Amino acid sequence: MTRTGAQALWSHWRRNPLHLFTLIAGLALATALWSGVQAVNAEARASYDAAAATLGEGQFDQLLPQAGADIDEATFIALRRAGWLVGPVVEGQLGAPEASVRLVGIDPLTAPGGLGPVGGGGMSLPDFLQDRPVFANADTARKLAGLIDAQIVIEPTIAPDTAITDIFVAQRLLDAKGRLSRLILAPTQPLGRPPLEQVAPQLSRRAAQGGSDVGRLTDSFHLNLTAFGLLSFAVGIFIVHGAIGLVFEQRRNMVRTLRALGLPLRRLVALMAAELLVLALVGGLIGVCLGYLVAATLLPDVAATLKGLYGAQVSGTLQLRPAWWLSGLAISVLGTAIAATGALVAVARMPLLASAQPRAWVQAGGKIRRLQVLASLALLGAACALSLLAEGLIMGFGLLACLLIGAALALPLLLAGAVHLAQQLSSGVTAQWFWADTRQQLGGLSLALMALLLAMAANVGVSTMVSSFRLTFTGFLDQRLASELYVSAETIAQARALEDFVTPRTDEVLPLLKVDATLADLPAELYGARIGATLRENWVLLDNAPAVWDRVAAGEALLVNEQLARRAGLWVGDDLAITADQRLPVAGVFGDYGNPIGQAIISEALFTVLHPEVRATRFGLRTPDAAALRGALTTEFGLPAQNITDQAQIKSFSLAVFERTFTVTAALNVLTLSVAGFAIFMSLLTLAGMRLPHLAPAWALGMTRRRLGQLELLRAVVLAVLTAILALPLGLALAWVLLAVVNVEAFGWRLPMYLFARDYAVLGLFALGAAVLAAAWPALKLARTPPAALLKVFANER
Amino acid sequence: MLLTVEALEKSYAGAQGRVPVLRGIDMTVQAGETLALTGESGSGKSTLLHLIGGLDIPDSGAIRLDGHDIAQMDDTGRAAVRRRDVGIIFQQFNLIPSLDVAANIAFQARLSGRFEQSSARALATALGLGEHLAKYPEQLSGGQQQRVAIARALAAKPQLILADEPTGNLDEATAAEVMTQMLALVRETGAALVMVTHSHQLAERMGRRLHLRQGMLA
Repeated sequence: MTRTGAQALWSHWRRNPLHLFTLIAGLALATALWSGVQAVNAEARASYDAAAATLGEGQFDQLLPQAGADIDEATFIALRRAGWLVGPVVEGQLGAPEASVRLVGIDPLTAPGGLGPVGGGGMSLPDFLQDRPVFANADTARKLAGLIDAQIVIEPTIAPDTAITDIFVAQRLLDAKGRLSRLILAPTQPLGRPPLEQVAPQLSRRAAQGGSDVGRLTDSFHLNLTAFGLLSFAVGIFIVHGAIGLVFEQRRNMVRTLRALGLPLRRLVALMAAELLVLALVGGLIGVCLGYLVAATLLPDVAATLKGLYGAQVSGTLQLRPAWWLSGLAISVLGTAIAATGALVAVARMPLLASAQPRAWVQAGGKIRRLQVLASLALLGAACALSLLAEGLIMGFGLLACLLIGAALALPLLLAGAVHLAQQLSSGVTAQWFWADTRQQLGGLSLALMALLLAMAANVGVSTMVSSFRLTFTGFLDQRLASELYVSAETIAQARALEDFVTPRTDEVLPLLKVDATLADLPAELYGARIGATLRENWVLLDNAPAVWDRVAAGEALLVNEQLARRAGLWVGDDLAITADQRLPVAGVFGDYGNPIGQAIISEALFTVLHPEVRATRFGLRTPDAAALRGALTTEFGLPAQNITDQAQIKSFSLAVFERTFTVTAALNVLTLSVAGFAIFMSLLTLAGMRLPHLAPAWALGMTRRRLGQLELLRAVVLAVLTAILALPLGLALAWVLLAVVNVEAFGWRLPMYLFARDYAVLGLFALGAAVLAAAWPALKLARTPPAALLKVFANER
Repeated sequence: MLLTVEALEKSYAGAQGRVPVLRGIDMTVQAGETLALTGESGSGKSTLLHLIGGLDIPDSGAIRLDGHDIAQMDDTGRAAVRRRDVGIIFQQFNLIPSLDVAANIAFQARLSGRFEQSSARALATALGLGEHLAKYPEQLSGGQQQRVAIARALAAKPQLILADEPTGNLDEATAAEVMTQMLALVRETGAALVMVTHSHQLAERMGRRLHLRQGMLA
């Protein structure tokens, strides 16, 4: 009995391969975009974990030198002799800047985390000490070949673009004999050892971060990717829901017959559920394969973005990780369950003697329509409430979800109202029939149109955010990168000489003075700034007290960046402690886009008093002739080329990082819109067969098939235009949420919102094109429907 | 006695409360007997047929098929009755559109575990469907589709055939031809036949006739 029932159910797919294709394609596309994003995230996180595991990054306290300085080996020996359990680390870059490898040297005997590949299942310590190889993954090993004269051992667990070796080998390869970059502190230290200030006052201690630094910094970026993946998945699930609904509706007759012939209801529902499970797994499998391709295409850009923004090293090649392809299959099954539950419940509740005639199932009755209105109003109300009260990133995404789903549910009702109005206003018989028929077809197309609405709103929202970001960021770069030349000295002595040299040759010299600090109990950076014409004329503050620059220059006040202001709740007029016994009022807040950490700026004079040990080794130089000054610096100090950077170089690098940041978002935008276009296409194609009984009478009464085809095309265009018009305000609301809520929670700064009418018009045309393409085939099919097929409608009605 | 119906009552919800459709029906059908149920539209003929076939549940009364009361069965029990004991022929044919003719004919027999290839083929030949076995329902005429429905009902070898206006969708000549074939085959299999019809001509061809008027046997 089960086999016979299953065969009957399966026969539907055999006879209607288009339905099968729609369902599988919807599932595959939904899963592809979701699992593609997950694959990118998994690869990036694996890279962070590899870095954390092999280098102990973020897991242990560290002792750091002042900015621009090294630790000499004598300090390390002094600390060890004083009882401090520290392990030395030296690190630097090898190779050309565009393909450089981070070389890290660790002493396996004193490093608290050991040296990853040594001991355990890896190389034995005596062998390591004898051979002293360099460990790297296969990609990095290829880059290192010919670059270093040391044995390279391939170790897949090493983070990408990173090589690890014994500290003596690293010092030799980096030409850093006797110099150390930092010291790692063992978690347990002997009691009674002298304080750090006594043994090594020039070092500062940085507490463990409880995990990988880059992992935490990039969380927001990955959360944004995940949100986009989820949105794409939701669009795909709209297709699946539509396909399942239509298929179930078309099988009402079969369901009634199967039950009338004695197939028990429970068995029937179980068979349908099993059938959907199989389809979900097949669709999910195809989706995971497509997702792999999506991820492989996006990953190089994501890796470049993460490196540019956060300095995080992420492998540019993709591995097949069981966690993500299994999660891809799971999300496919879950999506099918979400999309099919309603239809299965309807089958289970359908009276045996219910009408078997396929009715437009989505032409929901009054009760369902009322529920839809209520759900839409409730969600939009919740969105309004959350926009006023939401705190935290998750609530921000909750607000997005309420807004988008609420608007999607409202769409069919708004479209029905618009079409009804058009019908009322039209006078010709064809026009009235057209609008009445459009209204009738709305039910079948509503899910696809919802998908289009979401995709277009996402495009409007994200493009508004990106373009607003671009405008703000460009302006920000102009004010922050005012100096024509930036120069780095190699030693503090050279820095002193360099400053003396450039002072008479420039309009202004801006030294970079910085210490890591804890401000308002948050990790932050304290800067000492030379307040002159450059800062006064170029910096635009988000908020400031009167005479802000004079007060900061006089050491009476300070500036904080927006991140610190928001995180610590510090605004103009509030006090901030910059040392244990010194507090200063906040006189201004400055925008600091792209920086994850809090900053405070005090005057150079005050900074020098508080931190006399810190000397500037980097300077911004204001000069009318940057080329001449660059030449003079090179001749006088023999500085290597990379120590002198001009403003244009930094700006173009910063903008390039920015553009790559949003390449991924743009790609997902296009994919989401394509999925929505596909949803419309499949809905129109599926509905085409069911529409013959509606169209045949119009044909019989004298309308040509060609005319009917044209009207079908026009209908798709009209509905797409109406949807696009509604998508615009929704997209702008989405942009506002992204800029004013999500961005603030994720990155700590708020961007001004600008409008870009031309971009929206282009997007509208793109959506229109997608609708025309989607409707073209079904319309052509209708125009070519043989008269016999149309006559059959009447024959069956005998 | 194959079928015994006792004090059967059924009503449906209407705009002004419950509307009685059947008001205390008592009837019997013997094995191999043919019975016509006639009556005006709305007299309750189809409702009675649906109740006997286990497609619906009565408000009260008993329907004993081969000694088992269908009215007391749950959904699974009624499904088993429909599968094994009853063959239903609908006015609208109700074939499975995605299965070809051969599969449609075999369908109920397979569900009930009584499928015999030779018997199904013989039925198809007897009903003139031999050349159409690989076709799909949409490719058949109305008369051919009803013949497939008859073959499907008979192939499962039920004790009781229920036919609801089986020729209602067919023209007069086709209806007469289909009816002749159906009666001959039912007689051959020894099943009882209860047929709802408006046609006195068709009713005349049955062994016994019952007339319903306003939910009661006249």
